[in-house]
Amino acid sequence: MTLYLLCLVLFCAGLYGVLRKRNLVKIIVGLAIIEYSINLFFVLLGYRFEGRAPIDASDQNILNMVDPLPQALVLTSIVIGLGITALLISMAIRIYEKYGTFDITKIKRLKG
Amino acid sequence: MSLIVKTVTRLTVGLIVLFGIYIVLHGHLSPGGGFAGGVIIALAFVHFMLAFGKDAALSKISRNLASNLESLGALMFLAIALAGFLGGSFFLNILSKGAPFKLFSAGTIPLSNAAISLKVGVGLLAIFLALVILEKSGKEE
Amino acid sequence: MSGSGIIPWFVIIPLFSAFLISLAGRYVKKVFVKTFSALSVFTLMLLSFYAVHILRASASPALVYKIGGWMPPFGIAMAMDGLTNFMLVTVNLVAFFISVYSFSYMERYTDKPKFFTLFFLMLCGMNGLIVTADLFNLFVFLEIASIASYALVAFGTEAEELEASFKYAIMGSVASSFIFLGIAFLYGYTSTLNMADIARVLVEKPGAGVVPFAAVLFLMGFGLKAALVPFHAWLPDAHPSAPASISAMLSGVLIKTLGVYAMVRVFYNILGITAAYSHVLMFLGALSMVTAVILALSQWDLKRLLAYHSISQIGYIILGFGLATPLGILGGLFHLFNHSVFKSLLFLNSGAIDYSCNTRDLKEMGGLREKMPVTANTNLIASMSIAGIPPFNGFFSKLIIILACIEKGYTGYALAAVLASVLTLASFMKVQKFAFWGQLKEKYKNIKEAPLAMRFSMIALAVICCLGGLLLLPQLKFFLNDAVSAVREGTNYATIILRQAAK
Repeated sequence: MTLYLLCLVLFCAGLYGVLRKRNLVKIIVGLAIIEYSINLFFVLLGYRFEGRAPIDASDQNILNMVDPLPQALVLTSIVIGLGITALLISMAIRIYEKYGTFDITKIKRLKG
Repeated sequence: MSLIVKTVTRLTVGLIVLFGIYIVLHGHLSPGGGFAGGVIIALAFVHFMLAFGKDAALSKISRNLASNLESLGALMFLAIALAGFLGGSFFLNILSKGAPFKLFSAGTIPLSNAAISLKVGVGLLAIFLALVILEKSGKEE
Repeated sequence: MSGSGIIPWFVIIPLFSAFLISLAGRYVKKVFVKTFSALSVFTLMLLSFYAVHILRASASPALVYKIGGWMPPFGIAMAMDGLTNFMLVTVNLVAFFISVYSFSYMERYTDKPKFFTLFFLMLCGMNGLIVTADLFNLFVFLEIASIASYALVAFGTEAEELEASFKYAIMGSVASSFIFLGIAFLYGYTSTLNMADIARVLVEKPGAGVVPFAAVLFLMGFGLKAALVPFHAWLPDAHPSAPASISAMLSGVLIKTLGVYAMVRVFYNILGITAAYSHVLMFLGALSMVTAVILALSQWDLKRLLAYHSISQIGYIILGFGLATPLGILGGLFHLFNHSVFKSLLFLNSGAIDYSCNTRDLKEMGGLREKMPVTANTNLIASMSIAGIPPFNGFFSKLIIILACIEKGYTGYALAAVLASVLTLASFMKVQKFAFWGQLKEKYKNIKEAPLAMRFSMIALAVICCLGGLLLLPQLKFFLNDAVSAVREGTNYATIILRQAAK
């Protein structure tokens, strides 16, 4: 139970980073922490008591494995996170070229 | 980069690509598969670029080639999925599924792994190339 | 192909087109790229009409396609019932006209093959989200469509577009992670991911604290994608900054598919709607309606004004769905279809004005009616539709929502809806006055009307606006009735889908 709560604490740490940091790159890092904490939470959900790694080999018993479905889904989610991070970083580089700063309090041309 | 880094890079790049191909081919037997193997193969090129500089790496694989290979990987994966229609259903596993735990088993899964590794690896490399070239040439795409 | 065999083609065709254009688009002439993409979206539109016919001819409430032949819940299934057909027709019809419009409009931007690749990826994500019957597959298609839209908003790479796209991307990613967290909680509680199976398990063991918590997470996540009021802050920056055809796609179909459709599926068919959820949805809907239209009154940027009105009209749709009565759901669905049509038309008009005059500021324009008659008249039709003036289609859907509110006894919400409608009319009278009537400014003496492809799309959408009210005739009402009954099934969806899958 404490493991799940620690994952949610990590989620809140990432959320603090997205909300309160002023540098664009730190916001991207906060978002990455959020995504990884949820991946970790999802993998932990699959734990079965006294289970072993879900790899099927010819001489192993398949009955006491942990749940392999969350692991497959988390693979997909990691790749989605990779795509988002790559897109955000290239946008941050372009913003630096146009505005000259990474500070979000100075990137405020759109308002109203 | 110094001479030590360049020599070690020349020795290890081939090994990294070999390791990546091993992980892709054994995707149905051990952890890994298309995504992880593709990322490892891309990292071999990134290692090469970090040691020898941007121009040497760009002579091996240019941006246009990366973009075309990426689309080709996606189309190969879609073709394997559409081939399932020959068996009756989308994405059906139509090749023979051999004996379990052998290398040449599990129907179309190793082929899908190969297509995905091509797409993911070249895609990651294209992202890296775009970021590196972007930094030097300013506003030019 | 017949029966349920048509369902995967909605995902295969845009995916194939996207990667083929990405591969070959640089080496062939531009006209081949345009014809191929027009043909592709036209095929999708015809397939969506054919799908309506197939479902009616099969005399069963839903059709299920099992991918790879695997039985759900072991495999992923794709389902087609009344609601999916309704959404497929809406999305593909509007996408066809917008893609024809963007043939001429994207001349101003560079790199057209990449535009069409991203456009088809977004369309593939939306179509896939509509047809899928598996919760994690819904999340994957949602991410595909969202990431494509982040890249499309930043397509012009001006300073303000990048800033808007960055804000949109961060907020959208946080919303997606909330949705993923909700899916994780539901999976941990029911140990299955098939939507029908989750509904069946939740009926047998109603969760004490987990299910409302997951419901709140879904509300936050899908609410941000749909731009409900506490979560709307990205939309007034993102929609004006995109190229006009992408603004029309975003505002016309994306926020409805990713936000409203997914929310309706999860809240009605999986979790089962209760009085608490209904009150929350109605309150958020009414809050969106009134807040956004008041904020829109002070805007002088044409596309920003249209973006605020999008938030307001989504409030109407969510109010209709929140009522949970047959009349309310009918009003919500009909307004969803109508809003796709007239909001896309309004954004396409603003794009035509931008193409000719290079401005979006209402104070700069004036008297464009003499030089751009097609744009002015279609704008008049769309403005009267959004304000709810008979006999255009907006009037009927707004009337049904207001009557549904009164029928259930919520006269306060009905008055809020009428107030929002009056303020919408005021806003669009301002747009008409400043943009089209009045004196033509000196610098615009030589502007011309929009090119042929743009005019074709605008006139076609205006014709659908005029004829939209005919969908309520008894011969054609099956289209809406199938969708309403699919939503009202609630958790009975589970038994229907599982019975169809077992055949």
